[in-house]
Amino acid sequence: MNLEQQRQQEMQKEYHVLVEQIKPKTRVLRNCILAFLVGGFICLIGQIFLQIYLGQGMGEREAAAATATTMVFLGAFLTGLGIYDVIGKYGGAGSIVPITGFANSIVAPAMEFKREGFVFGVGARLFTIAGPVLVYGFLISALIGIIFYLIR
Amino acid sequence: MGSKVGQHTISFSQPPLLTAGATVVGPMEGQGPLGQTFDWILEDLLFGEQTWEKAESKMLQESAKLALKKRNLQSQDIDYFLAGDLLNQIISANYAARSLAIPFWGLFGACSTFVEAVLFGSILIDGGFAARVLVASSSHHNTAERQYRFPTEQGIQRPLSAQWTVTGSGALVLENTGEGPRVTMGTIGKVIDLGITDINNMGAAMAPAVADTLLTHFQDTGMNPDAYDLILTGDLGVIGGNAFRDLLAKRGYSLGDNYHDCGMLIYDLEKQDAHAGGSGCGCSAVVFSGLILRQLWEKQYRKILFAATGALMSATSIQQGESIPCIAHAAVIEFN
Amino acid sequence: MKLLLAFVIGGLLCVIGQLFMDLTRSSITPAHVLVGFVTGGAILSALGLYQPLVDLAGAGATIPLSGFGHSLAQGAIRAVQSKGLLGAFAGGIEATAAGIGAAVVFGYAIAVVFNPRS
Repeated sequence: MNLEQQRQQEMQKEYHVLVEQIKPKTRVLRNCILAFLVGGFICLIGQIFLQIYLGQGMGEREAAAATATTMVFLGAFLTGLGIYDVIGKYGGAGSIVPITGFANSIVAPAMEFKREGFVFGVGARLFTIAGPVLVYGFLISALIGIIFYLIR
Repeated sequence: MGSKVGQHTISFSQPPLLTAGATVVGPMEGQGPLGQTFDWILEDLLFGEQTWEKAESKMLQESAKLALKKRNLQSQDIDYFLAGDLLNQIISANYAARSLAIPFWGLFGACSTFVEAVLFGSILIDGGFAARVLVASSSHHNTAERQYRFPTEQGIQRPLSAQWTVTGSGALVLENTGEGPRVTMGTIGKVIDLGITDINNMGAAMAPAVADTLLTHFQDTGMNPDAYDLILTGDLGVIGGNAFRDLLAKRGYSLGDNYHDCGMLIYDLEKQDAHAGGSGCGCSAVVFSGLILRQLWEKQYRKILFAATGALMSATSIQQGESIPCIAHAAVIEFN
Repeated sequence: MKLLLAFVIGGLLCVIGQLFMDLTRSSITPAHVLVGFVTGGAILSALGLYQPLVDLAGAGATIPLSGFGHSLAQGAIRAVQSKGLLGAFAGGIEATAAGIGAAVVFGYAIAVVFNPRS
């Protein structure tokens, strides 16, 4: 049995090497350039809104929150129009990392599972990806707060 | 009665005939290089239904009805309906069977379902348990993507090794008399897993399974790849296809120009953004029931080896870190 | 000038995310990237390393999800200063409440009104 397992492992290793040779290489440079352009552009739009809100006399933190809200709306709206997944196809992380990507990850599953009802479809699926993000965000924030409380 | 040849191959004494085939496909498949060979090309992915799942079931049902119509048959003329698909609990096939009112064997072999159904149907006919059998399998890009991967509107980048699930359904009528290509032999595959875990590289996961089945087939029958006018695999795609060639070559069998893969035939890989090719239960079903069946009737091929491959994981098993177990069944189809 | 900085810094943060996806295991999904950015941003922020980036690049640092982590961390720290230990639990959520509320409301509305296209 041991010999058989060993043989199986060797076969697996050999096969993984073969697959890596055949598999098309991920176009890392191209992907990075696109991510840079798309992600940069989204942040540029955010900056324009930020400056508009600051110009209207909002405080810095308030203006930042208003900008985030605006960008969330844009991300959600473009997902509804069926445009954000096209941006994502080219932009990769450039469309995932900005807060618009967070909005996309909320709308996409919720919209698609609407037929499963408003509680288990839309309601539950809103948080398919946003859920883990919020869970870990809240955890780390509370942890930082507690550590800060202990060491200050 | 049929007999067993070698280890895992069966040979039919009265080979069942493939008397009719029908296909229903989505718009993208219709725009592909095989567009001309399909019976029914849908205008959109919903097929007039409220959900994609209902659309898929309707495709399966319509392809089955169309195959019957081509032979002027009614539901009651058919002894058994054999079908399957990719969705949980094979709902597309179950709901289609609900309205067809034919005794039903639900099958799951993932993308190998079509050949599984053809072989099982042939066994029923050759064994004298049935005179006419209807087989079908379907897949739908959007239902499969959201079950196995991501919602379609999620802005994600598909890796180059990813395959595109075919939207389509193919159906065949198998009979014990009549005219048409005959299913003469079949080799039943084992579940093979060489430890691939990447669901965006299914072809690579499935290649060892089809290599294993074909090696068994060649050993059992004493044939070699040149004995066939066409060796057709289900949905290995570019990467899986190359891995499959390599695996066979290592064992001393080299594949020539007579080797093709349904996943590579169905799309224009450059223009249609299908990356490594098509996949899904519908892929081999529509390519075979459309193009290949027509070419058999036109006597372009006399003897073909048709092997469909299936990846037998679920979304749960993948999330739990399991690798992808795969299977392949092969059928020999001859028309003299 | 601020616009250019937002573009470049925001773009570079996204490149980090892209490298994270392309060069690591195939099982890395957008969800992993988002979680990574939020926690990474929060840790950098707690160490005092993220604020300079925000001062430099504005939206270029706040729009990527690491900026969300930054708000969470700073909110928690501020609240601990004003309210004590209870602030550790409330602060981060208070500071990001507008964004999360907007995400749920807009997300819900859009999901109900629109249907998937592809």
